[in-house]
Amino acid sequence: MMERLLDVKSLTMDFGGLRAVDQVNLDVCQGEIVALIGPNGAGKTTFFNCITGIYAPSDGEISVIPPGKKPIRINGFKPHKITQAGMARTFQNIRLFPNMTVLENVMLGRHCRTTSKILGAILRGSHTRREEEETVDFSYHLLEKMGLEKYANEFAKNLPYGAQRRLEIARAMATEPFLLLLDEPAAGMNPQETKELDDLITKIKNEEGISILLIEHDMKLVMNISDRIFVMEYGREIAKGTPLEIRENPKVIEAYLGEEVHA
Amino acid sequence: MTSSFFAEKEIYNGLLLSRTIILQELINFLMDYFLELLLGGLTKGSIYALIALGYTMVYGIIELINFAHGEIYMIGAFTALIAASILNMLGLGQITILILASILAIIYSSAYGFTMEKIAYKPLRHSPRLSPLISAIGMSIFFQNYVLLAQTSDFLPFPSLLPEFEFLQPYRHIIRSPEIFILFTTVVVMVLLTVLIKFTKVGKAMRATAQDRKMAMLVGVDVNKIISMTFVIGSSTAAIGGVLIASFIGQINFYIGFIAGIKAFTAAVLGGIGSIPGAVVGSLILGCTESFATGYVLSDYEDVFAFGLLVLILIFRPAGILGKSSSEKV
Amino acid sequence: MHIFEEIKKSTITAVWFVFLTFPIMVIRVNTIHKTIEWRWDNMIMVAVGSFALSFVWRYFMEHRQAPKPEAMGRGVPWIQNARQAIKHPVFFYSAIALLTVFAVIFPFIFSRYQVNIMTTALIYVMLGLGLNIVVGLAGLLDLGYVAFYAVGAYSYALLHLHYGLNFWICLPLGAGLAALFGIILGFPVLRLRGDYLAIVTLGFGEIIRLVLENWNEFSKGPSGIAEIPRPPIPGVELSLSESSVFLYFLVIILTLFTVFVVNRLRNSRIGRAWIALREDEIACQAMGVNKTATKLTAFALGATWAGMAGVIFAAKTTFINPASFTFLESAIILSIVVLGGMGSIVGVIASALILILLPEYLRAFSEYRMLLFGAVLVIMMVFRPQGLVSTVRQTYQFKGLKKDKEVG
Repeated sequence: MMERLLDVKSLTMDFGGLRAVDQVNLDVCQGEIVALIGPNGAGKTTFFNCITGIYAPSDGEISVIPPGKKPIRINGFKPHKITQAGMARTFQNIRLFPNMTVLENVMLGRHCRTTSKILGAILRGSHTRREEEETVDFSYHLLEKMGLEKYANEFAKNLPYGAQRRLEIARAMATEPFLLLLDEPAAGMNPQETKELDDLITKIKNEEGISILLIEHDMKLVMNISDRIFVMEYGREIAKGTPLEIRENPKVIEAYLGEEVHA
Repeated sequence: MTSSFFAEKEIYNGLLLSRTIILQELINFLMDYFLELLLGGLTKGSIYALIALGYTMVYGIIELINFAHGEIYMIGAFTALIAASILNMLGLGQITILILASILAIIYSSAYGFTMEKIAYKPLRHSPRLSPLISAIGMSIFFQNYVLLAQTSDFLPFPSLLPEFEFLQPYRHIIRSPEIFILFTTVVVMVLLTVLIKFTKVGKAMRATAQDRKMAMLVGVDVNKIISMTFVIGSSTAAIGGVLIASFIGQINFYIGFIAGIKAFTAAVLGGIGSIPGAVVGSLILGCTESFATGYVLSDYEDVFAFGLLVLILIFRPAGILGKSSSEKV
Repeated sequence: MHIFEEIKKSTITAVWFVFLTFPIMVIRVNTIHKTIEWRWDNMIMVAVGSFALSFVWRYFMEHRQAPKPEAMGRGVPWIQNARQAIKHPVFFYSAIALLTVFAVIFPFIFSRYQVNIMTTALIYVMLGLGLNIVVGLAGLLDLGYVAFYAVGAYSYALLHLHYGLNFWICLPLGAGLAALFGIILGFPVLRLRGDYLAIVTLGFGEIIRLVLENWNEFSKGPSGIAEIPRPPIPGVELSLSESSVFLYFLVIILTLFTVFVVNRLRNSRIGRAWIALREDEIACQAMGVNKTATKLTAFALGATWAGMAGVIFAAKTTFINPASFTFLESAIILSIVVLGGMGSIVGVIASALILILLPEYLRAFSEYRMLLFGAVLVIMMVFRPQGLVSTVRQTYQFKGLKKDKEVG
């Protein structure tokens, strides 16, 4: 068994009387691409919001285990603490900083890995200058890797849709995560763009060594790139396994009845 | 000896008796004072409610703190003052003046509310949340200075238009006729408003727009018209509040809208902004709190209590008493 | 028949506004002498004015609804061109030189009165730049900014009154106390949503003013504190006009210091975090930014500047009372930021000078000062929410691995 990075045990989230996520278990290991799928309203995004600290879960245990370090229990942590611990995310509806440049969007991702404070910024001493240079370098390289360098000084809001999606991934990667959480990265993309995304995600895993947990509706993409798949329906986990096992699972087929499973 | 003994006992009894009487009177006095404060608070609260309704309805429908709402109320009071003065010179009776002045106040306040929405808020429907709020602050300052420049910066005496009821004469020390009148009017306005919102087609469309503007538009609700209607209704109740309070306090100036506006907003938030029953409950609580706090504790700090309450509610229970808390969808 | 259509629209608008303004603008009752004054000239003014303005309004509305792509991001073309011109080193340095010369000789060629007005305007520049950190950069609408101004002013006045502390000690102390107040207030309220935060800060500002007004033992109440000394130079006796010239230069230096600090902060790690918080709070947190701490720094830093300006204000007027610290004062400072452009340094300086100096020099105008401020807020929000000078973010140029930075 490979080293675990994320371990979620019986996670539960209630909104008033509504149980959006019901005792879900999930884990991601080093070097894996794991997909979380399920029909609309199954609670996938809520699950993401719980493990990234946007909601405080009602019950359950969430731990992240940075490679070679002790596990950190992150229940009730603020989002920025979780990102600092090494888990970064993107959003279903793109949430960039529209009036900042593309480069600055990525540079913001460096915030939690840099340290200069107000006084440093005012005096701009050697430490701050060096850090600032490193931030620009790092961010620019990241843009190059994502094929976004030509937009570096554009406002993020002026980017084409596909590029905005990639920028969100770049921004998350700037926080140097060991686990990247992608919330429907292929939403709204055409088949060509989806194909490119497929390559990009594989490249991130292979070249950067970042493991990935993603929510996705595009079955072709999911079946192609995932090592393991978890299936949710009505807030519950109904199946887990390799793409092959999931494809054959009668519960999953039932849940997706009427929806396309075999893309 | 005996007689003196009796005498002593009598004196003693008398003392006891007089002490009981004093105590009784003290209790009576305290009770009356309490009632006076309570009724004063309720009166104040019901006027806040008339203004708070406008805040809460507008917030419910477009999520805007209509900062200039207090000024609409002030303009209503000014219109009523001007109308009443002219009608008074024409020699009309008190009740006639009250009715005509109120109607004119309602017409003008609604017209101002309607126009303000068209100029300062409608173009900003799709702007970031703070833009319409800044615009509203601008409107508020503009209206204050508009009245200041076109009329006067001095306090103007407002004629007492509210009727006196003979039967209340014995209870003068506890409650005065205008207070009863204000309470009664508020109840009537609330009932009418509830009927309007619960049972009419416009009310239904309003509730639909408040819940989901896009969806309401899709099912054929003329959202722009409904928003205008909301401003008109909110402004009308504010105008009624304006006439009542001006007549009750007896003087107005261009600045009355600001403080009253903040207090009504406090009341609306206290009750849960967006909720109409909440606005009423919040207003009554605020009115009574102010009344008791200034009556029993410190009279100089009346406004501090209101602002302090506002700050405390927003920090500890921003959803208010009857409001539902909402979180942003991610 | 396009033109008739337009005239018809404007006529309807004019009639509506005549109706609307009739009781307030035309009638004035004298309640004591029981007379009515009919001011028909006002009615004509409203009719003509609204007829003409409705054309302007509709013209700009149409242009607003169809924004040109290049006008979206970087401001209107002429500003763009002006910006290009300013960037040119010859122009840039000569402009700086001219401004410096003007600023230095200003107090020697103009009267003491003019110098005082300029000092006031510069205090507003400082206030505007300070509030710009909070509102423009961090996106926190602070309607009680004047409270920190009051804290600064009263710190100096009271510390001098009770302990005889002098200006130079009180300047950092006042700024520090204001920052402390900012942190104390900011801690509980900064988790609130934007519009609620605005109202809470407004409430807080009013509470501070009301306490100053009512707590006579502490603040001497509405009568205020008088005989606050002007900034002294140790060992030098200054005449009245000398000391106002000295104050003028002091304010110039502090304004330059403010510009320097805000400019450095804007393009720093912390500045980027502020802007990102303004743009999207949830995404910003998810990218590892500590929301509360970041907001708190912006809030406290803004308060620091208000406190500093407050100390200077007290030293300049030598008399303060709570009436100087009403909500309207906050609104004026907010107008400066909104007109200038949220986040823009040049814009805020320009708009502070316009909004404060214009009413001073055009006496006929000064009555309408607050009316104008109100209108500015509305018009800017409707037509140009990014302000006169929209901010341009720093751009970076890359030549291979070696890169040069260029400030825009």
